Amino acid sequence: MEFLQLENIHHSYFSSTQAKEVLRDISLAIHEGEFVSFIGPSGCGKTTLLSIIAGLFPATEGNVYIDGEKLSANNQSSIGYMLQQDYLFPWKTIEENVTIGLKIMEKSHKTHKVTANALLQEVGLPHVGNNYPRELSGGMRQRVALARTLAVNPKILLLDEPFSALDYQSKLKLEDLVVETLKTYKKTAILVTHDIGEAIAMSERVVLFSANPGTVHKVFEIPKALSELSPFDVRQHPAYADIFQTIWKELESLG
Amino acid sequence: MDNTLFKQYQQLLKREKRYVRVYQLIILLLFFGGWELLSRLEWIDRLIFSSPTHVWHTFIEKVSDGSLTLHVSVTLMETVIGFLAGTLLGTLIAIVLWWSPLLSKVLDPYLVILNAMPKVALGPILIVALGPGYFSIIAMGALISIIITTIVVYTAFKGVDPNYSKVLQTFGATRWQIFREVILPASFPTIISTLKVNVGLSWVGVIVGEFLVASKGLGYLIIYGFQVFNFNLVLMSLLIIAFFATIMYQVVELVEKTIIKNNG
Ligand SMILES: Nc1ncnc2c1ncn2[C@@H]1O[C@H](COP(=O)(O)OP(=O)(O)OP(=O)(O)O)[C@@H](O)[C@H]1O
Ligand SMILES: [Mg+2]
Repeated sequence: MEFLQLENIHHSYFSSTQAKEVLRDISLAIHEGEFVSFIGPSGCGKTTLLSIIAGLFPATEGNVYIDGEKLSANNQSSIGYMLQQDYLFPWKTIEENVTIGLKIMEKSHKTHKVTANALLQEVGLPHVGNNYPRELSGGMRQRVALARTLAVNPKILLLDEPFSALDYQSKLKLEDLVVETLKTYKKTAILVTHDIGEAIAMSERVVLFSANPGTVHKVFEIPKALSELSPFDVRQHPAYADIFQTIWKELESLG
Repeated sequence: MDNTLFKQYQQLLKREKRYVRVYQLIILLLFFGGWELLSRLEWIDRLIFSSPTHVWHTFIEKVSDGSLTLHVSVTLMETVIGFLAGTLLGTLIAIVLWWSPLLSKVLDPYLVILNAMPKVALGPILIVALGPGYFSIIAMGALISIIITTIVVYTAFKGVDPNYSKVLQTFGATRWQIFREVILPASFPTIISTLKVNVGLSWVGVIVGEFLVASKGLGYLIIYGFQVFNFNLVLMSLLIIAFFATIMYQVVELVEKTIIKNNG
């Protein structure tokens, strides 16, 4: 069995007036250390699927297995989830923000400061530990959010459009940083994005979803020659444009 | 160049501040001066509207026979306790409602009714139930602010962006941890602003309570002065209430500043 296994996931949202089927029969296998991107039209259920994998709520049907273990309400700690906005807590310092996960999991307090410093160093912000989030730029804050997610040493990282609120330059830099960091720690990651270029640049596989209800429409393998490069260099690679065209046409055909 | 401009700007600010202070002082002097003058000229009824000098004499008299300190401290004690009790209990109920969505749904219409109800109308019942003493007066001071505190704070709890809670949920946080780390700190500004409202409300509750039963306190002095037609006493009590209510408000503002500073 693969590292992350989705088995016939169905999901419907219920309200007092209707039941809305959002995901239908999603089965996917992702191996350890792999970087996979989810793309698809708005509202096709990408965030919903990520939330299910994160254990925020159970799917109405189907199972999620992580490292062979079935996901349930009480073993969700192995997952790091990074949202579209940084959602740093404005009343906590950067250091407290980075270590909040450790605090929640009640790991010993002595190591927190060390971990925070090391992680902030890692994401290129060595001297901001005592600052407050409002004193940082959007790009810096998103880096802190990455550090916060990595602090609890998750087995899998879920990234829900984490760069979409950033300017282009910060975005390119952060893409490189994320890929590099994840490669160093051999983390498995799923990235949701609206940016085909970003999906190609960062991942080894791109999963295209169709909407109403969300299903896996097609899976694109990114050639090894590209996925070994940094995201920035992938965008310069001669093969990049072709792959972009292929995925773009497929996405267009979904209407 | 920049520096001189900045200095000019600072001077401008300083001058403006001075002007504001001067005008504020003028209003104060005009008020008391005008009051004194009108009363001396007998343009207003001296028996009813008194005059600053008469109020001052009453004040000196009551201070020297020691009775004023007693009345002031009784009312202050009742108001501060009523205020704290109302705010704390209101917040506590809000926490319980947040904890149990079902309970909050069940209680919703009752909160609306209780909030719409003029709490001072409950005064006589409180007095009968709790006895005519400090206790029922403090209860009035608290009761008047509990429900509105509950409603405002609970609304603030619910208004916290769920994505903040989501972040903690992915770390496996318990409901209590989410409350402590996210919901409560995010709602601090709202809680503080209800404090400000509650200061005023508690004074209303306590003074009305004292109207009804007390034999001590500023509210009692007002009613007593009214009954024996000593309006010097009534106006003095009013001025003292205004003074202490302002002080309490300032203290709350100070608390607000220190909390908000650490709160972003
Ligand atoms: N809590 C909810 N209750 C009811 N319906 C929901 C809820 N969350 C999402 N939906 C609906 O489910 C569908 C999928 O939503 P989801 O957020 O998963 O899409 P998405 O693919 O992430 O979209 P986007 O690309 O715009 O972020 C949408 O039609 C949305 O309206
Ligand atoms: Mg989404």
